[in-house]
Parts: sequence; structure tokens; C-alpha cells
Amino acid sequence: MSTAQTPATAAELPRAITSKRAVGLQSRYIKDRLARYVVLVGGLGVIGALLLIFVYLAQEVAPLFQGAHVEKRKTFALPGAAGRTLYLSAEEQGEIGMRAADDGGVTFFDLNTGDVRATQMLPLGERKLLSVASLSSERGMLAAGLDDGSVLVFSHEYKVTYPDDKRLITPGLGYPRGPTPMAFASGPITELAVREEGDTLMLVGADATGTLNLKVFAKQTDLFGETTFTESPALRFTPDVKPDVLLLEPTLHWLYVIDRAAGKIAFYELDGAEKPELVEVKQAGASITSARYLAGGISIVLAQADGKVTQWFPARHGEEGTWYLARVREFSVHEGSKVTAIGPEQRRRGFAVGDESGHVSLYYATSGNRVYDEKMFDQAIERIVFNPRARVMLVQAVDGTLRVNEVHNEHPEVSFSSLWQKTWYESYDEPAYLYQSSSASSDFEPKFSLTPLMVGTLKGAFYAMIFAIPIAVLGAIFTANFMSPEMRQIVKPSVEVLAALPSVILGFLAGLWLAPFVETNLPGVFLTLLFLPVSIPLFGYLWSRMPRALRLRVPAGWEAALLIPVIAFVVWACFAAAKPVEALAFGGNMQTWMDHTLGIGYIQRNSLVVGIAMGIAVIPVIFSIAEDAIFSVPKHLSLGSLALGATPWQTLIGVVLPTASPGIFSAIMIGLGRAVGETMIVLMATGNTAVMDFGLFSGMRTLAANVAVEMPESEVGSTHFRLLFLAGLTLFLFTFVLNTFAETVRSRLRRKYSSL
Amino acid sequence: MTTSSGQPSASTSRSLVGRDTESVRAYVSSGAPYVWLTAAAISVAFIITLALLVLTAARGLPHFWPADLVEARYAPVGDEEVTVLAEIRSTEEVTSGRLKNAGLKVDEAQPLYERLLIKVANRDLLGADFRPVLSDWLVDRSYPEDAVVLERMEWGNFHGFLHEVKSAGSVVGSGAQAWSKYEPLQDRANQLRREIEEIEKRDIGAINYRLEQLRLDERRLQIDGKTPATHPAAFAKIEERRTVEHAEYEQLRVELDTIRKELERDALLMKTVDGRDVEIPLSHVVRGYRPNAMNVFDKLRYFGAKVWEFVSDDPREANTEGGIFPAIFGTVMMVMIMSVVVMPFGVLAALYLREYAKQGAVTQVVRIAVNNLAGVPSIVYGMFGLGFFVYFVGTSIDKALYAEALPSPTFGTPGILWSSLTLALLTLPVVIVATEEGLARIPRSIREASLALGATKAETLWRVVLPMASPAMMTGLILAIARAAGEVAPLMLVGVVKLAPSLPLDGNAPFLHLERKFMHLGFHIYDVGFQSPNVEAARPLVYATAFLLVLVIIALNLTAIGIRNRLRERYKALEN
Repeated sequence: MSTAQTPATAAELPRAITSKRAVGLQSRYIKDRLARYVVLVGGLGVIGALLLIFVYLAQEVAPLFQGAHVEKRKTFALPGAAGRTLYLSAEEQGEIGMRAADDGGVTFFDLNTGDVRATQMLPLGERKLLSVASLSSERGMLAAGLDDGSVLVFSHEYKVTYPDDKRLITPGLGYPRGPTPMAFASGPITELAVREEGDTLMLVGADATGTLNLKVFAKQTDLFGETTFTESPALRFTPDVKPDVLLLEPTLHWLYVIDRAAGKIAFYELDGAEKPELVEVKQAGASITSARYLAGGISIVLAQADGKVTQWFPARHGEEGTWYLARVREFSVHEGSKVTAIGPEQRRRGFAVGDESGHVSLYYATSGNRVYDEKMFDQAIERIVFNPRARVMLVQAVDGTLRVNEVHNEHPEVSFSSLWQKTWYESYDEPAYLYQSSSASSDFEPKFSLTPLMVGTLKGAFYAMIFAIPIAVLGAIFTANFMSPEMRQIVKPSVEVLAALPSVILGFLAGLWLAPFVETNLPGVFLTLLFLPVSIPLFGYLWSRMPRALRLRVPAGWEAALLIPVIAFVVWACFAAAKPVEALAFGGNMQTWMDHTLGIGYIQRNSLVVGIAMGIAVIPVIFSIAEDAIFSVPKHLSLGSLALGATPWQTLIGVVLPTASPGIFSAIMIGLGRAVGETMIVLMATGNTAVMDFGLFSGMRTLAANVAVEMPESEVGSTHFRLLFLAGLTLFLFTFVLNTFAETVRSRLRRKYSSL
Repeated sequence: MTTSSGQPSASTSRSLVGRDTESVRAYVSSGAPYVWLTAAAISVAFIITLALLVLTAARGLPHFWPADLVEARYAPVGDEEVTVLAEIRSTEEVTSGRLKNAGLKVDEAQPLYERLLIKVANRDLLGADFRPVLSDWLVDRSYPEDAVVLERMEWGNFHGFLHEVKSAGSVVGSGAQAWSKYEPLQDRANQLRREIEEIEKRDIGAINYRLEQLRLDERRLQIDGKTPATHPAAFAKIEERRTVEHAEYEQLRVELDTIRKELERDALLMKTVDGRDVEIPLSHVVRGYRPNAMNVFDKLRYFGAKVWEFVSDDPREANTEGGIFPAIFGTVMMVMIMSVVVMPFGVLAALYLREYAKQGAVTQVVRIAVNNLAGVPSIVYGMFGLGFFVYFVGTSIDKALYAEALPSPTFGTPGILWSSLTLALLTLPVVIVATEEGLARIPRSIREASLALGATKAETLWRVVLPMASPAMMTGLILAIARAAGEVAPLMLVGVVKLAPSLPLDGNAPFLHLERKFMHLGFHIYDVGFQSPNVEAARPLVYATAFLLVLVIIALNLTAIGIRNRLRERYKALEN
């Protein structure tokens, strides 16, 4: 081995010889320097490249844990007429805002300057505008409630053109159901809720007397493409609580009627134009200041006068499955400060909350996180509005001042609790650990709990280690301690060849051969596990009673070879006996028996199969390192013990193993690292379902397999993408730390041996 | 080392202490049972190794062997009776309980039944190639000499009897002499098909490639702000070349049409075992044989032909038939590019760590870190490759050099270059560790001798140290190749596909297309075994692929072990 002195001598030598006159030497000297730089740059470059992996992974993950930040773009007075603002919104690109005022005028204004871009009057005639409700935020459809009880459906639209390669947005109004208001109620509508599902449009409105009106408009297209509109007769009824706020579910199943002062929520089930059926009335605990639907139309968020913000959605009770309105979570806000406005995002489960002291906070419902908080005004906040991309947030104070904000809030979904703790997701009846990263609908609430993946990873590794450790460590003990050198020379390389076997082949065999095999021969597998360990010592005893002449035929250290036919026979016998045993004891089908008698379900690609397949992948890793550790225990230690009269087994237990145990331990650590990161075997030998149990007959989804499945489809830079990198980084750090630890133990052991 | 399992010590203890050694208690207290258990553990590991190899071989190789066709009556209790002409794929014992669960009316007094999996082929007529049958119900078995298997371009194999051979609409052979008429016609059809393939793949493929290049040239001109009005010459030139290509294409198309017509000429009139007449054009048949009439040598010849087809042909029918040549080619190509990258850099890093860096704590830490990178899960490298190489480097390259092809990415999408680089990173630790080990083994005296003779350090390294370390470097490289050849998980992210339209190396300049996606043996196993629509039919092929991959990797590893052993011998001699 070269030591530190060699390079020094090498550098000094040529200089001593080189005199300027020696022509050839000069170029040799240059070449030497050149080589030095090339090696330096190349070597450091390679090490840097390897380091880059860690840096890159960390850099992809980091944005997940950066909070949101909000920048003020501009503050100006609300443009347009002086009257009361009924509706405020911002378009997709965050360039243009829209305000509907109670004079019936709709003002489009520039969000960068506050200048009015266009003003259009709604075709109301003599009628007065009382309320504006959102019909569909995706399509920009609104409904206006008028003083004669009619309703006008209109939309705000933005045409994007690129004259001279510059984006130009032209705002305008549209009337999808014609410019004439539809007759709805007989009196003025003070509070209105409108939704459209398919071809059905439902209107629910409260008038000044506290009576609710409900009407359904349906559109039907007949065979000839003729469209006819039908409308149900208006239904009038008095709700169980005072109708201050109405929230109508987008698929027209549920209706919430909210009494602000009493803090009551009446929860109705709808059935078309029939009279809504009251499910229950809930008490919020304090008077309610604001109530809004979150994106997706499942959860509602209530702001309460006692400074609490709560999330609610319909869930079902236990066995019989009756619906109730569940109070799902509470968000921490400024203590004692009255919340005055809630502004939900349009595509995610995020929302902003403004209170009477002028604070604005951003929340994310699923993670229960407050991601941002800032005091924006010295007065109460009246209204908060996001544009569809949630990049621009309009905050309006009570005096009509509007502050336009740029929002940078990329990954609010991720928090410690949403990654690792039970979370109550929409449409579920109780909190759960769930991993479900994507679905067909865009309104979907992503479920990013890493716990089931972690459990799956550990479960797979656990069963693999259970299978591998006994075989690998015991095998290493025999090979290093008892086996004859000639046999060792055959056995060791052949087990090491197993290490080189690609995991895709093990996974393929596990999924397509072993899994069906185990399924049809389950009793055989258990018989083998039961009888093989028993039959071996038994055979040993019988062998010791054999005639001496026969025993001497097998030289010392070849017992393992002798056992090969024995094991083969025992395994064969177990499987041959299994079928009759199954027919007798389990009614011919062990899985059905287990399901009926023990209540254990059986999945073909289960932990047992993965444990065996991944165990086989890990055996050579553990075996090779453990064998090295045991074999290099100095011989004089064991010879001394034997000379003192200890049996070989006593020597092994008392002398060899204690000395080699750190090495065996590090072998197991390295094996564990391999099992945790193994991808293909798990991918092929399990069903890849993220389940949360440790059962032997259920499947799993591991971190690594999850990355392999989802990475190609993941959108670059999205929370999902970064979360996969988080899984990767976790795997990286876990195995790296494990290996470094094992390596340190090993090198310390090596030093110990050399001192002995 | 030491003594064996306890017998010798037991006998010594008898003579010394005179204790009883025959009883079970003595046997247990001597510790011998535990020793037997440890012996059993290593035997199990050894058996597993052998069993894996035997299993892949035993399941893969029969795929190439022509199995006999059995004609029999299948008479299940309580179900319709059918006649089948099938090859028996596998047998297993099943308890009657399970069969009852599956809805079969079995006699429960008999606890066990033998279940066969038979391949009845004729997927187009019967719906499925395979069906499970109970051996007891398969009666009147016979092996007719004239049973024919036809391998078809689509719908899998056909089992039946040759009735008539038709050429250009008229019958040229029927009955007994039909078979002798058929064989030369099949050769002719195969020859024609090869010609078609040649034209389609090579000539028309080249024309398409050149047309695409012309489109990109035109686009490049447009990006540079040139229009046909300002630069008429440039555009006219492109247009002129395009007309030439189109004319050539027309000519080839005519040629193809005539060959196709020729190919359509012949047809076979087949009779299925249940008496249906089926006419199969010879253009749809790849190969026909009569397994029951073949002797061992015929079968061997067939076996050889099938193996050759397997390693040299393109896949057919969604990868479930034909060969795996593109996968072999892709694997080799990827591994070669990887070697070109990993070798110099791995050696440079090892040289730096061992010869140039100051041997202190920092170097030791770096060394351990590099070692441990070998244990980092491969999927993590795949993520890095996808994020860094493909999305970051690839997209930047596209913007700088391939702007004319955008928005369709050239390098900004997974491909063979990124796969090779990712695996190069993955295998760097292997090469570094092996090379370092080799450098460490070279005795210091040799280096000092060289320096003492006036050589510079670089000369010593280049002329003395590196040649002596070269076997170690080779070992590292071989181990790296073995690891890379079997690695699949990272490749799924950075460039492997189930079916690549063209190889990464072909006759179109610049010949080596680093941006192309490729097929890979390991991924082929995963894909065909798990994502294929007809898993049962594809299974033997997957086993065969697995067997090939295992053979290659074991061969590589044994080579590495061999080199390592020779190396040790060599240094033993040096040290004396």
C-alpha cells in the first residue's frame, strides 16, 4: 500500500533531476503535472457527482417544507360605482379583476394598476340586484337574485388573444340561459344558492320572511336534437333555522341552512324538487360569521365569533350507515379575534381567513396547516378572493380598499400530520392512514400519508429478514467454522453467484411461479417450516448411531453435503403429505378454511411470498459478510478453547461468536438496507396495495415500489413529484446511514482482529 | 478447520470421563444438533441457488422443444364433451375440495385429482389457447402422426390437420402428398416475407428518417427567421430533395405491392380436430411442423432453429412470440455506453483516492461514503437520473441544440444515453472499490523502484502501476456490467420501453442515436411477464428470457471471479 510519503518523493524527484538544459525532461515534467491535474479534476469530479445525488434529491424535496409567502402587488380603492359590492373575483392569469355592485353594474379592472378596463350593466330593466351567488367557479357562471324574485344567470368570460405575440385578455359578460331573468320566487331574494348538475339547475333562495324557495330547471334534448326546458313548480317551506346563509352541494344532494346569530347549521338531504328532508341540526358553539364551501364541494368551512374556524362534511355512522354532519377539524386562529371573511381556493382544499383586526392567514384543510399569516389592514377584512390558479389573492377591507397579493403557496398539502398521522379525508367516515396520490377527477383530495408506505417497506423487510437471517447466519457459521476447505471453495462462490442474480428474475419467479405455487401448496409450506428444523437434528442423532464404518465414509466438514439429499427428501415428503393433510384437516382448501375459521383473508401475492423472494435476495449479502467476519476470527483463539477441552459447539458459542458478533451484526444491517430498498421483487411479487397491517397473507406497497410505479406519471414540480423525491431521499438516507454504521463497526472489528 | 460435528469430541469425552455418550441427552448436550442445523442452513442456501437455476432452465428451454400433440376426447361430468388436439403443458395434484370450489362436479370420495394444463391453440376459433382439464376425464388419447402445428403471425399457433394445399386458387396437393407440397411453398413465403421486411425496415425506414431530417432543416431555417421569400434557394433545395425522397418511396411501394401479391398466392386448407375447415393464407404462417412425426434429430433441428429465432428475431404479437433480439441489442448497447463512461471516471477517482489524495481522515470518510453508495437502492439513482439528467440537462440541451424539434423533446425525454449515465453512476462505486483494491495490492517496492530509476510519478502510474492493476480494473468493470445488465428499476424511469420502433444503432447518419429509447432484457421480463395481455402464452418465453439473462450474468460473474483468483496468484509470486 502506498503511504503519504510516496507522492512527496514523486513530486520532488523530477525537480531535482531537471536542469533547464535537459530538453526531454521538461516535457516529461509538464506531462507529470498534467496527469496530476487530470486525476485531481477527474477524481474530485466523480466524488462531486456522487455527492450531487444527495444535493439534488434534497433540493427537490426542500420546497415541500418551505412555507408560503405573499407579496403585495398593489393597494387601491375598489373601482367602479360607489355601492355595495356583491361579488368579487379575479381571472385565471391574475391580470383582471371583476366586481359586481348592487347597482347592477359589473366592472372589470386591471389588477396591476386598479384602472377600470370595462364596465357593463346587467340587463335588469327596472329590477334591483340584491344578491349574487356563484354557480360554477370553473366556468365563471354566476346567478343574480333580484328584487322581484327572479334570477338572472350570467357569466364573466375572458378571451385570450395574442396580437403581436403579446397576451391580451378581453373581458366580457355572457348569458348562458338568455338575458331575461327566470321567474323563481314571489318576493325579493336576499340569499341565494345555485348549482347546476348535468342538465339540472337548482335554485334555493331565502326571502325576507325567512321562507325558503326551491326550484329545479331541467333541460331535455330529444331524439331530433330539440331542446326543451322544463321547470318544477316552486316549492316554499320554512326551514328549521333562520336562513342567513345557504350552501348547496354541487351534485344537489345536500343543503346547509345556517343561522348566523344562533350558530346553528341545519343539514338537509335533497331529492330533486321534493321537499328537503332534515337530517339534523348542529350547534357550532358560537355565532357564525361566515360559511363557505371548499373546492371539490364536499367540505364546508365555518368561521365563528369565538375565533374558531371549523371544517364539516357529511359522514356516516357505524354499521347502519346513517348520515350525519361531522365536525372534522378545527384550525387555530388568532385567539379571541372575530373571523370576518373566508376565501376558499378554487382548485385545492386551501382557504384564507381574515379577521376583524386585519390579519389574513392561509390554511390548508387536509393538513390542518396554517401556512401563512400577515396583518394586512388596520381594519376588519370583508372579503377574500383567489383567482382559479390561487396565485393572486384579493383582500378587501370594510372601507372598500382592495389589496392585490401575489401568493406563492406551492405545497400546502404537506405537513407532519398529513404525512405521518391519521387524517380524516373527505367522503371517509373516520380518520385513516391513506395513500392515494391521484385519481380521475381533478377535484380529488390527494391523500399523502407516507405511513402505509413506510409500514409496507418495514413489513417486507421484516419478513425477508425473518427468512434470511437464520439461513444466512447459520450457514455462515457452518461454512466458516466447520466446513472443509475444499467444500468451502465450491459453496462460497456459488452462494455469491446468487447475489448477482438480478432482482427482476427473483421477482418474476416469485410473482409468477412461487405465488401460485404457495397458494395451491400452502399446507406444504407450513409443514416444511415445521418439520425441516426438527428433522435435521433427528437425522443427526440417527447418524451418530450408524455403524462407525459408514460414518467414517463422510469426511469431517462435509456434513452439509450429506444433508442435501436429506433436506430434499424432507421437503418432498412434506409437500407430498400436504395434499392429503389439506383434504383431511382443512376440507380440501386451506385458504377457505382460514377465512371461515380464523377470519384471515388470503391474497395470492402476499408477505409470505415477498419474504421468501426478498429473503433469497438478501441471503448472499448477509452470508458473505458474516462468513468473512467469522472466518477471520484469529485461529489461536478457537484452537486454545478446543485445547482446553471445549466441544466445537462450546468453542463457537463461547469464543468465536462473541468475537465475530459485531461483524454478523453489520452483515444483518447491510442486508436490511438491501431489503428496504429492493424495488423489482416487491413490485412483481405483491399487489402493491398500500395496506396498514402486518399480516402474513396480505400484500403491501413499499416506498421504492411506489416510486417506480408513480414517478413516470408524476407532473414535474408538483407536490406529488416532490413527495416521491422525499420517499427517495428517505430511502437514500436510511440505507446510507445503515451502511455507514455497519461499515464503521466492521472496520473497528478488523482493527481488533489485527491487534489480537 | 477444526474438527467436525461433535463425534470426535464425544468419543474423547468417553475415554476421559467415562460418561454415557449414547443417549439423546448426551447428543443434545454435545451441541451436535445445533451444528447439524447450521449445516442444514448452508445446504438450504445451496439448494435454493441450484433450484433457481434449474427452475428457470426447466421452464424456459421446453419452449423451444416441439411437444407432441395428443388427440383426445374431453368428457367432463355434467358438461359438454369436446374433442381436443393439444399439447400438455403441465400437471399438478389438486384436492377435490379446491376443484369443487372452482365449480367442477368431481367425486368427493376421491381426495386428489390430477389437473393438466393443455394448450389447444386456435385462439381465433376457441377464444383461449390454454385450458385446464382433469386427467381422468381426458379419454381415448392418441398421437396422430399427421397432426400439424402452424405458427402464425397472429392469433398464436394453429393445431389441426393439413387437408389441401392451394396455389393461386387451385389445389396443388391434397391428402397424403399435401405435406411434401407444403414445405417448399413455406420456404418461398418466408423468403418473400424477408424481402418485404428488408424493404420496409431498411429502405423505407431510411426514407422516413431523411424526410424527418428535411422537416427539421426547414424548421431550423424558419427559426432563424428565414422565409421562402428571403432565402428561396435554401427552401427550394429542401423541396427538391423531398421530391426525390417521395419518388423513391413511390417506387419502393410499387415493389412492395408486387411482392405482397406474390406472397398472397398460396394458402392451406386445414381441418381442425372438431371438424371445421379453415383456410389459412401462407402469408400468415411462419412455420409448420408435425411434432408426432418428428424423430429426435428433427426435434433437435427444430430446437436449434427456435433458439436462433429467439435470439435473432424481432418480437411478434405484443412481445409474446418471436425473438428478443432488440432487447438483447438494447441491453448490450446500454452496457457498452455505460462502460465507456464508468471506466475512465472510476479509475480516475480510484487513482485520486489511492495515489494523490492525502491519506487522512477526510479521504477515509470519502472512501467509506463511496463504498456505501453501492448500497443505496437503485431506484434512487433512477429518480436522480430522471430529475437531473432528463428533466434538467436534457431539457437544457434541447433548448440549446434541438430547438427545431420542439415541442417534441429530443434529449429532454428518457433515452439510452440517460440510462447509460444513470447506471454509470450506479456502478461507479463498484469500479472505484475494485480498482482501489488492485492499486493497494501493488507492493510499494515496485513503485519505489520505478521512481528511483528516474521516472516521474505519471510515468510510474502509466507504465508500471496501471498495467499491474489492470486485472483488478477489469474485475471491477465486469462486476459493474453484471450489475448493470440485471438492473431494471432505475431504467423504468430513464429510458426503457416495452417496444422500441427502432434500434439505437442503425444505418442512418449519425448511426448512433443516443436519444432513442430502447428495449432491455430485464424490463422485457417484467413487462411481458406482468403487463402482457396473454400472460399464460407468454410465460415460457419469459422464462427463456430470464434463463438467458441469468446465463449472461453468471458468466460475467464467474469471469470476474476467475480474473480475481488469477490476480491473487500473480501477486503472491511478486511478493516473494
